[in-house]
Amino acid sequence: MAMTLSEKVFRAHLRDEPFPGTKVLGIDVVMCHEITTPIAINDLVARGKDRVFDPAKIKVVIDHVTPAKDTKTAQQGKILRDWARRQGIRDFFDIGRNGVCHAIFPESGFIRPGYTVIMGDSHTCTHGAFGAFAAGVGTTDLEVGILKGVCAFREPRTIRVNINGRMPEGVHAKDVILRVIKELTVNGATDCVIEFHGEVVNAMSMEGRMTLCNMAIEAGGTSGVCMPDEVTVDYLWPFISSGYKDKKEALKDFEKWRSDEGCQYVKVLDIDVTGMSPQVTVGYKPDQVKDVSEVEGTAVDQVYIGSCTNGRIEDLRVAASYLKGRTIAPTVRGVVSPATPRVFRQADEEGLIRIFMDAGFCVTNPTCGACLGMSNGVLAPGEVCASTTNRNFNGRMGKGGMVHLMSPAVAAVTAIEGRIADPRKYGKGGVK
Amino acid sequence: MKEFGGKVLFLDRSDINTDEIIPAKYLTEISKEALKPHMLEDLKLEGFDPRSPEAKEAGVIVTRANFGCGSSREHAPWVFEVNDINVVIASSYARIFRQNMFNCGMLAIELPGETIEKLFAHRGGAKISVDFKNDRLTIESAKGKETFDYPISGFDKALVEAGGWVDFADAKY
Ligand code: SF4
Repeated sequence: MAMTLSEKVFRAHLRDEPFPGTKVLGIDVVMCHEITTPIAINDLVARGKDRVFDPAKIKVVIDHVTPAKDTKTAQQGKILRDWARRQGIRDFFDIGRNGVCHAIFPESGFIRPGYTVIMGDSHTCTHGAFGAFAAGVGTTDLEVGILKGVCAFREPRTIRVNINGRMPEGVHAKDVILRVIKELTVNGATDCVIEFHGEVVNAMSMEGRMTLCNMAIEAGGTSGVCMPDEVTVDYLWPFISSGYKDKKEALKDFEKWRSDEGCQYVKVLDIDVTGMSPQVTVGYKPDQVKDVSEVEGTAVDQVYIGSCTNGRIEDLRVAASYLKGRTIAPTVRGVVSPATPRVFRQADEEGLIRIFMDAGFCVTNPTCGACLGMSNGVLAPGEVCASTTNRNFNGRMGKGGMVHLMSPAVAAVTAIEGRIADPRKYGKGGVK
Repeated sequence: MKEFGGKVLFLDRSDINTDEIIPAKYLTEISKEALKPHMLEDLKLEGFDPRSPEAKEAGVIVTRANFGCGSSREHAPWVFEVNDINVVIASSYARIFRQNMFNCGMLAIELPGETIEKLFAHRGGAKISVDFKNDRLTIESAKGKETFDYPISGFDKALVEAGGWVDFADAKY
C-alpha cells in the first residue's frame, strides 16, 4: 500500500496500540530545555523514578533565558544541569555552548530521516525538515518520554503543499510559510502533518526547509515534513559518513522514507511563488498575513532578528546584505540574536557581526530571549516590533506589545527605514 | 474517581492561545501552585476580567474553536487545575493542549458548534455536571436543564481513569 512519510515512520516505530487509533511509538530523540523539563524532573524525583530510558537519546539545552536573568531562571537551569550530570547525559549544552534548541540540535546532527522526535516545545515540528516525525508535546508526554522512551499519538493525516514557480528576489522561505499559513488558517492543519513538496522546496537549503517546517504548528500542524534528498545527505554527511560507503548509498537509505506515489492526502494545496510579495503579519494571529505593500510605512520601535525560525547563518547573511554600509533609523532599536555559537562564529568570520554592529544593532548571545518576551528585548506596552520570529500573539514579546512577523530581509530594511519596508526596492543583495 | 463539573466560565472567542491562558513570563515558576493568580491574565476578550467572581469560582470552561493553540506549555492545563477547573468544553482544540488535558487526567470535551451554541444560551449562572461513566454532561441554569452526550476515545477515557499518562504508561510500558 502506498504510504506517506509519517505513516512509514509510525509503522517502523509502533510499540503498542492500546486502543484503536492510538499509537504508542518508540522515540529516537527526546529533547529538553529549561522551561518545560524541570517540572517533569521534579515529578520523577517525587515518584521515586529519577531515571532516564537512555541517556544517549536525550538531548538537553538551556536556551530560553540564558545567562539566567534572576533567581527563578537560575533555579530552572540548575535543575536541568544537575539532572543532566546525574543521569550521564552527554549531549548537554550549557552556557558558552548553548543556542536555540531547534537550531542547535539539528546543527549537531541529532536528527535523521525516519526518526521520531519529541520535545516539550511546540516548534519541535522544525525537525521534520529532515524527513522525521517531530512533534511538540507537553511536560507529561515529555516525562513519559524521558522515563520510558515512548509517546502516544493519533495517527496524523497528511496535507500536501506543493510550492512551485520562481522565487522572486527579496522573497524567502519565511514569506512562503506565512503565505501557506494564511491559506491553511491557524487551525487548518490540526492533527495533520504538512508535507512540503515542489521545485522551490527541492532547491531550498536545510536552513530554508527548517524555516518552513518551524511554522507548521502555526497552522495547527503536528509536524512539518520535507522529503529527504541530496540536500539532506549533504547537510548530515559530516555526522553519517562513517556509516555509508558514499553519499549515494546514504541517499538510497534515506529515500526509503519518502512518501510513496499514490499515498493518501486529506488536502493538497498548490502555491505558485512567481511574482509573490514579501509577507508580513498584522494583528495577533499568524494567519493574519498581508503583502508588504499593504503595511509598508508602519512605524516600529524595535527590530528583532533571531529565533528558531530565522536565526541561522543564511538569515543573518540575508539581513546583513541589506545592512552593509547602512545604519538603522535613530528611532529603532535593533537586536540580533545568532541562534547558536556556531552561527555566531561563522557570522563573525564572514564579517556579518561587524556589519550589524556598524549599522547600530545590538548583538546578543545565542538565546530565545525576546522571542517569547522573557529577556533581551522585551517590549513596553504600546510598542511595535518587527520580528523574524514565529508568533504574533498578544503580549508575546511583552505585555501590550505588537509583533509583526516577517523575513530577515523585510526586518533589515525595516530597521533601516524605521518603518515596515519592502526589500525589493533595494535590489539584488541589498544594493539600491 | 474525581468529580468533574462546576460553575461555568464562558469564553466567547475562538483561537484562545496558551500565552493568553498563562503568559510566558510565569513559565519560570517550578511549582504549579505559583501559577494560580495568573490564569487568563492576558486574555484578549471584551468585558472579560480574570479577577471577576465568574472566573474565580469556575469549575468548567465553555469556549469556541481551536482552544489552547500556540505554545505547548502544560502550564495551561495546570493553571486551570490549581484553580479547580478540570473540564474544558470547546468546538475544537489545538492538539497539544487537548493531549495535555487528558495527560493530566482532566477532560477536554469536544462538541459540535451547534451544541456549543446551546450551552452558550445558558450564559449567566450556569452549572455543568459530568457523568463521566456514561459520557454525558448536564447544564443547568435559570433557563432550565439540558443533557448532552459527548464523544471520548477509549484512550482518553483510560488516561482520566488512570489519573494521567504517567501512571498509565508506568504501569504498562
Ligand atoms: S526561539 Fe522562540 S519559538 Fe523558538 S524555541 Fe525559542 S522561544 Fe520558542
